Amino acid sequence: MKKKTVVLIGSLLILTAFLGVVAFTLTFGTPKMTDMDDYFLRFGQEQTGTNNQCTSVTFDFRGFDTLGESTVLFCAVIGVALMFRKMQAGEEHEDE
Amino acid sequence: MSRIVRTGADFLYPAILIFGLYIVAHGHLTPGGGFQGGAVIATGCALVIVAYSYEEVREWLSGKVLMGQEVIGLMGFIGVALLAFAFGQVFFFNYLNASGSLFGIPVPYGINAGELNTGGFVPLMNFAVGCEVWGGLTLVILYMLSGIRREVS
Repeated sequence: MKKKTVVLIGSLLILTAFLGVVAFTLTFGTPKMTDMDDYFLRFGQEQTGTNNQCTSVTFDFRGFDTLGESTVLFCAVIGVALMFRKMQAGEEHEDE
Repeated sequence: MSRIVRTGADFLYPAILIFGLYIVAHGHLTPGGGFQGGAVIATGCALVIVAYSYEEVREWLSGKVLMGQEVIGLMGFIGVALLAFAFGQVFFFNYLNASGSLFGIPVPYGINAGELNTGGFVPLMNFAVGCEVWGGLTLVILYMLSGIRREVS
């Protein structure tokens, strides 16, 4: 057996053991801090008027996040437009 | 593309458009929202752009229209949020909620049937973001297809 194969199998075993320990010992669904979740679930419906709590968080409680997200999308489109723009008549690529 | 693909795109495009607009309009009641609905509509636009060739689409679809749509969406988003100052509130305050006017029916705590006329400014935000994502993603696809040249055979 080659040395490379041994190292590969060993690292795979170590990774599997690590992920197995994480998967079987940690408990999901019982977070330690629940103050903010409880607030959103209790008052989100009355304060924002939305039945969909995800939308109430993304568009109302954390509207700044969505504003930044929209700006990022806008900048991405601007960047694509810059990359794929039409070359002017006298303009040349740098690497030509 | 072939005539079969074009006819299929013609039939599918209105259905995709209506489904995307439904997701945007019901963003405050059902799973989904502006981003997801806008992405669905942009998928329909991509279907049309791919089914018809780039040169053919370019004749009746201008990039300026899509860019304007995107700018209007982003400016509408910021404008709706800024309008809270006119009501004497802070930035991003939901001033339309439970006001009795547009989208202003109050929602009680707990399970309810869901009314479209609720949500305060969240539906307006959904429409603005949906408009922006629709224009932006379609513009990205259009620009990327503009780099492809037809092979001379």
